[in-house]
Order: sequence, then C-alpha cells, then structure tokens
Amino acid sequence: MKKTQNQKAWFMVLPVLILVAFSAIIPMMTVVNYSVQDTFGNNEFFWVGLEWFEEVLHSERIHDALWRQILFTVIILAIEIPLGIFMALHMPKKNGLWTSICLVVVALPLLIPWNVVGTIWQIFGRIDIGLLGYTLDQLGISYNYTQDTFDAWFTIIIMDVWHWTSLVLLLSYAGLRSIPDAYYQAAKIDQASRWSVFRYIELPKMKGVLIIAILLRFMDSFMIYTEPFVVTGGGPGNATTFLSIDLVKMAIGQFDLGPAAAFSLIYFLVILLVSWVFYTTMVNMDKENE
Amino acid sequence: MAKITLSTLAHSYLDNPKSDDDYALKPIDHIWEDGAAYALLGPSGCGKTTLLNIISGLLKPSSGKILFDDFDVTDNDTSTRNIAQVFQFPVVYDTMTVKENLAFPLKNRGLDADYIEKRVSEIAKMISLDDILDKKTNGLTADVKQKISLGRGLVREDVNAILFDEPLTVIDPKMKWELRTQLKAIHQKLGHTMIYVTHDQTEALTFADKVIVMSDGEVVQIGTPTELFEKPEHTFVGYFIGSPGMNIIPAKVNGHKAIIGDHEIILNDTYGKLDGKVELGIRPEFIKFSDDPNALPITINRIEDVGHYKIARTRFQNHDINIIINEGDDFSKDMHGIIFDTEKINIYENDWRVDP
Repeated sequence: MKKTQNQKAWFMVLPVLILVAFSAIIPMMTVVNYSVQDTFGNNEFFWVGLEWFEEVLHSERIHDALWRQILFTVIILAIEIPLGIFMALHMPKKNGLWTSICLVVVALPLLIPWNVVGTIWQIFGRIDIGLLGYTLDQLGISYNYTQDTFDAWFTIIIMDVWHWTSLVLLLSYAGLRSIPDAYYQAAKIDQASRWSVFRYIELPKMKGVLIIAILLRFMDSFMIYTEPFVVTGGGPGNATTFLSIDLVKMAIGQFDLGPAAAFSLIYFLVILLVSWVFYTTMVNMDKENE
Repeated sequence: MAKITLSTLAHSYLDNPKSDDDYALKPIDHIWEDGAAYALLGPSGCGKTTLLNIISGLLKPSSGKILFDDFDVTDNDTSTRNIAQVFQFPVVYDTMTVKENLAFPLKNRGLDADYIEKRVSEIAKMISLDDILDKKTNGLTADVKQKISLGRGLVREDVNAILFDEPLTVIDPKMKWELRTQLKAIHQKLGHTMIYVTHDQTEALTFADKVIVMSDGEVVQIGTPTELFEKPEHTFVGYFIGSPGMNIIPAKVNGHKAIIGDHEIILNDTYGKLDGKVELGIRPEFIKFSDDPNALPITINRIEDVGHYKIARTRFQNHDINIIINEGDDFSKDMHGIIFDTEKINIYENDWRVDP
C-alpha cells in the first residue's frame, strides 16, 4: 500500500505567506539591504559588509542611549507592576454601576493617542501655564523639565505611569476576578492573614496575566518614542534620548541610513531576545511548580 | 469544641425582605450538641449552604443570634470563631506542597513547629495522604485535592465544629464510599461536632446521628434516619427520602377509617376531625400485592427492575402508587390488588403529619 502524497495543501498557506511577505519580510529586507551597504547618493550603493554593525556596537552614543533605555524600563516596571496590582486589589469586587465607572475611569488614559499624551504632559508641566509646573513653582520647588535632567526624567516617568498603569491594573483585575469565592472563604476559615491571602491565593492566580503584563510593558517601554519626544525632544542635552529617539535622529536627522539600519536590526533582535528569555523563564518557572 | 445554639436565626439576601419568600433561611431555633454528627439534607437552593455559612461566619444573619457555648458570636468574624469548613469544590493552595497545605491553618495560629509537624503527619496518615506529603498540589486529581481540603479542616484539634458543604460532589463513586467511611471513623475518633450538608440522602443517612431536613429555607424535620423513614413529619420528607419516595394519596379520614376514592382502609389508630388537605402517606416498601378481593384494585403501568428489587409503577383511579417488590415477595402480573401495612400509614393534614 502506497500512500499518495498530495502537496496541494501548501497552496492554502500561500495567502498568509504573501501577506506576511508584504507586511514584514520585504520591509525588513530593505533595512537589511541598507545595513550592509553605503551610498554617496545618486542611488549608487556599494557593499560594506558588517562595518555598520561594528560601528553601532562600538558607538558610545548608542551605549549611553541603551543604558538610559534600560534604566527607564526598569524604573517604570518597578513602579507600574506593583502599583497596578495594588490598585486592582482595591477595585470594587462586585458587578455594578460603581465597578463600571471605576473601570472606565482607569481605562481612559489607555484610549488617548501617544502624541496627545505627550502634549498633555508637555503643557501640564510648563511653569507658566501648566497646572503641575505652576503649582510646583509656586510652592517654591525648582522644577523645569526642559533644563533639569532629573525633572525631565521625573516628568516622563510619571507620564508613563499615568498612561500605562491601567493596563497592568486591568489585566490583574481580570486575573483577580477569576478567583472563585471559595478560595477567600477557605482562607478565612484557615485564619490566613491578608498578606497570606495575597501571597498564596491572589498572586499565584494572577501569575499568568502578570507575565503578559510585564512582557507587554517591557516591549512597549523599550520601544518608547512618541511621548518623550513630544515632551522633551530627548533633552535636556541627551538626557532623555532613548533608543528610538536616537534611532530617528540618526536615520532622519543625520540621514545615516547604513548605521541606522544596522542599529534597527540590533534593536529588534535585542527586544526579541529579551522577550524570549523572559517568557521562557516565566513559563519554565510555572512548569517547575507542577 | 462547643455547643452551638441558633436563636431565631434568619437570613435574607435582600436588603429589605418583605414577605416570607424573600428569606433564604426562615427563622430557625436549634441546638447543635457538642460532638454529634449532623447532616443537613435538602434539595439544592433550600438554604443549607446559607445556614452553614452563617455558622462559620462567612455570612452575617439578617436577624437572630448564634451562640457558641452560650457565648454570643453573631458579630464575630470567621477567623475568631475557630470553625473548620470544607467546600463543595476542593480549595488547595497551589504553590504549596501537600504538607504545607495541611500545616497552613496551624501556622496561621502561630503554633509550635514540632507540634505542627506531628499533627500534620497524624492527620495525613488518617486520610492516607502520608505518601504524597512533599508533592506540589497542582496537578493532583480532584479527589486528592478534596482530601487535602478535608485534611485542612481536621488538622486543628480545638476546632469548635467542622462543617462540610457537599464535600463529595466532585469525587467519583468508589472514592465517595471510602471517604465517607473515613469521615465517620474520624468523627468517632476525634469527637468534633460535625455538620454535613448534602442533597444525597444516602450520604446523610449513613453519616449522621441526626438528620435535619430542609425545604425552602425551612427546617421540616429533625430526626434519626429511622424516624425520617418511618414517621416523616412533612410530606416533603416523605417523598424526598426514600427511592422512590413515599406515596402521598389524597384521602378522607374519618375516625379509624381512611377513604381513598371509593375504597375504605381500616387504620390502626383513630384520628380526630381533620380540616384542609388530608392525605395518606405510605412508603412503597410497606405495600404488598394481593389476590384478596377486598384489596385496593390497581392497574400496573410498568415494572422497573433495579437489581435487588423491583419497582411497580401502578395506578389507582387518578393516583400513582409505587410499590417495591422484594425478591421472594408474592407477586404475579395478574395480581391487581394491593394491601397497605396499616402500621406504617401516616396521615397528613395540610402537609404536616397528624398524631392519632
């Protein structure tokens, strides 16, 4: 008996392949193309091999941007994750009008476009007309995000926390809501403290959604561009120039397409790698428990 | 351990209960004797779980009081009442091992580590969990998880009462028997007051010294299994307990005579004047087929063979009558008369049993 092989089924995946090719593979190949060539204009390109990659990897400017980026991501994760969980724990537990109002209110920042968020905070922090800036100034606290590095960081971090903590909150809240009442009742019967309830019931049950929340916030914050660009433009000096801002400066501002392309690819691989490492460790941790 | 007293306790889930129907639990007065095993029996939604949650303090009653050894605990919350409760679905702390799970209630009370170790291994042995003590709990089967929940309930020595809220629902039948027998043995050994909620009559009757039958938020009868079987106080108890339940047939009762349709049955006892809805109750176990021309004439609809006995579904005029035919009973398909065992007849007036 010979099994007939019919390979026609491969045609079924063709539409997806075409779609992915146009949406991801072809644009990315253009970038790859730029990253290994140089040009003197007139659409004349010549091969430079891995030169751009070497340049980017040894560039102090990019190293600095990377450290700023890592610092920023670590800080916002350290604030947003615990804060989001804390707020989720204090959301109303029963379904009702009050719960709906709370949910809408906390979800509002998520619905605002990035550059609008940036503009809001840019104005909010101004000493002359912004509520935050004006108030701080009147209280005698020297605050100026356009000139002071600390103030610039402070503003951007608060802005990100304001914009994105809700995401962590909503995901955690969904996780919390899926815990059956019996768990809380059993904990009461067992005379567990509030902390034990959190540690042994709520946290384990939220773990799945928290992995997603951390991953999303990591990727997003690592790629942040619009909001700090609108608020500080990367300044003062280069104090808030994160990777994306630096990349855009390099590609559009200086028109160094080669290094910028190499930079993009490295950037992409870093995010991919970190996300992958992150995800596999989290998932493995989960498996070990079983 | 304590005697638990319920004093005109009632509960409604509504904020402003108006009529009786708004109450999930209608006013109840009851004393749970220290060290006894009780079963709360009733159909789903009859208020059993509500009553249980009030005793453990998970729910505050709308009115009435609850006393532990004459000490009012109505306003005390669960953690201060020192009550153990096992829920319908197993609750285990997944990140802990079996041992840590069992030790959890003791640890929370800040007990000595050596004592905890000793007590946990004792309980684990009792419910045969001792060979998996160091396993993580997630990934275990439902019945093992439920055993862990049971274990957490049993681990505290000085607990006031142990409440079980249909704990064997998710367990498969073979394990059910085993666990139920173990529970009974544990009760005899430890002597805690135990209250066992169930809608399964076999479970209730095998577990408890006293069974409390509830219907519609109301306690309809409290009694030993025999009392529930032979003298159901309410028609509900009659047909809820037994398989099939008691036959309840509208009748006219006159002194020591009961008249069903146009047929007269001589009763053992004499009854006074009865008003309202009068019914005669007789269990299928106490009816025999007969050739006697004076027997109640019936038509047989069908015979169901349940294995060790048969159930005859019969009809007398407009009334269904079920009869249990045991092996060796005198029965043939052309017998069309039945005779009641008059000693086992109960008479009901407006659903409540009347004493002769």
